[in-house]
Amino acid sequence: MNKIELGEFIKSTDQDLEIKEGKQFVEVTLPPSKLYSLAKQLKEREEVKFDFLDCLSGVDYGHDLGVVYHLRSTIYEHAIVLKTRTSDRENPKLDSVSDLWRTAEFHEREVYDLLGIKFNNHPDLRRLFLDNSWGFPLRKDYVDDITIVTK
Amino acid sequence: MEETVKDIISKEKEEYTINMGPQHPSTHGVLRFVVSLRGEIVKNVEPHLGYIHRGIEKMCESITYPQIIHLTDRMDYLSAHINNEAVCLTVEKALEVDIPDRIKVIRTIMSELTRIQSHQLFWASYGMDLGGQTCFFYGLRDREKVLDIFEETTGGRMIVSYNCPGGLMYDLHPNFQKRVKDFIKYFRKILPEYDAILTGNVIFRERSIGIGPLSLEDAISYGVTGPSGRASGFSCDVRKHEPYSAYDRVKFNEVLYKEGDTYHRYLARIEEMRESMNIIDQLIDNIPEGPYAVKMKPVIKLPEGEYYQRVETARGELGVFIISDGNKNPYRVKFRSPNFVNLGVLNLISKDFKIADLVAIAGSLDFVIPDIDR
Repeated sequence: MNKIELGEFIKSTDQDLEIKEGKQFVEVTLPPSKLYSLAKQLKEREEVKFDFLDCLSGVDYGHDLGVVYHLRSTIYEHAIVLKTRTSDRENPKLDSVSDLWRTAEFHEREVYDLLGIKFNNHPDLRRLFLDNSWGFPLRKDYVDDITIVTK
Repeated sequence: MEETVKDIISKEKEEYTINMGPQHPSTHGVLRFVVSLRGEIVKNVEPHLGYIHRGIEKMCESITYPQIIHLTDRMDYLSAHINNEAVCLTVEKALEVDIPDRIKVIRTIMSELTRIQSHQLFWASYGMDLGGQTCFFYGLRDREKVLDIFEETTGGRMIVSYNCPGGLMYDLHPNFQKRVKDFIKYFRKILPEYDAILTGNVIFRERSIGIGPLSLEDAISYGVTGPSGRASGFSCDVRKHEPYSAYDRVKFNEVLYKEGDTYHRYLARIEEMRESMNIIDQLIDNIPEGPYAVKMKPVIKLPEGEYYQRVETARGELGVFIISDGNKNPYRVKFRSPNFVNLGVLNLISKDFKIADLVAIAGSLDFVIPDIDR
């Protein structure tokens, strides 16, 4: 499917979603509550079949914390980007997609480790690189005590 | 109820855990596995990471784009040139810079040389993991020849830092073409020896055929790319599917197998060395004339937006995701590193094999630890 068809497909699943045709990808911005159901449809519907989670990146947007999903289909070779964000910085929670794409298990642990976003239904959510006593370094308000990293 | 000695012994007989690493010759760096065993059979492998986590993604947020190049070198140090290329391509794509053919061709040749030397080291260390000391000497002997070529042109052997946004740091050394051709001629003759020593070896075949099979569905679901994924039949070569640099003008085969065991992961890499030599053959005599770098602004600022670029490193797909807010340093950089993703599958494929096979399986996934930890 090309970008226009993909955009129409997303529209057909849910009217209210915000769809942007970027230079590279079709970008869908959606609230955390709708994320899992759309991801499941994208994975399972025969017409689109996004079976490959390319990249899962956590982002600190300043106010909000968010996650960007780069999905790809190995059959049709099309790609899509899903974006979701939550404004809760104290206890941010999103739905895990690790049962749809197993690779998300590691990616989500990394996001939890570096940004502190928790994922519901994740089978093994622990810190990956850092000790439990660390803060969440990829957050923009992270204060580095040793000040190796300054901006 | 109090535990009797008999109870404790029988419980221990069920399952016990041992540490493999962080300092262990076959983990190829500081990676620690906590392995649960029943007798000699692996029941669970849990990787513990972070021994060389340097926070490269965080560091990138405080430096400029040309400086990022020098950090990506240090992720997957065996694919240093290809990592640099990924960042350069992302920046060039964002700025919509037209890159002259000369740069594209040189980048492609250097990438393929990088791939060959990386697979040579894989062959060397994999042979040693499985008990063939000779491989290590042969592999490193031939790898030196590639590193010498790098040294002459770029000044660096492993950490080359040869790419920069807009082109290359310096022009090719006048000897470059001749030395590359000499090397290809030499290595074509030597490669059958690799097969003779290891591929046909009875002990090696017994220890690798049928060990750690990975199905196509799992390869896609776990996102295993590179030769490891292609050994399972997952057609994931970015050079074919989304050609960058000069890959659209060369003919080469994507090495694909169906079996997906350690033997075929090994075989895929050996075949890829042949394909890489074919690619270099097609390009080395037709390096176009022209500038070796496009003039860029002294301070590179990307327009506001999000950019994603993938390239094929020696170990799989490297994705670079840059979010820019228009400043001279990026707002957020994410590296989708192939080793990090490939590591996720280790527990699945080493289950119910012997602990000695774990060495073979981990070796066949060809980890470079700094790329996992970043």
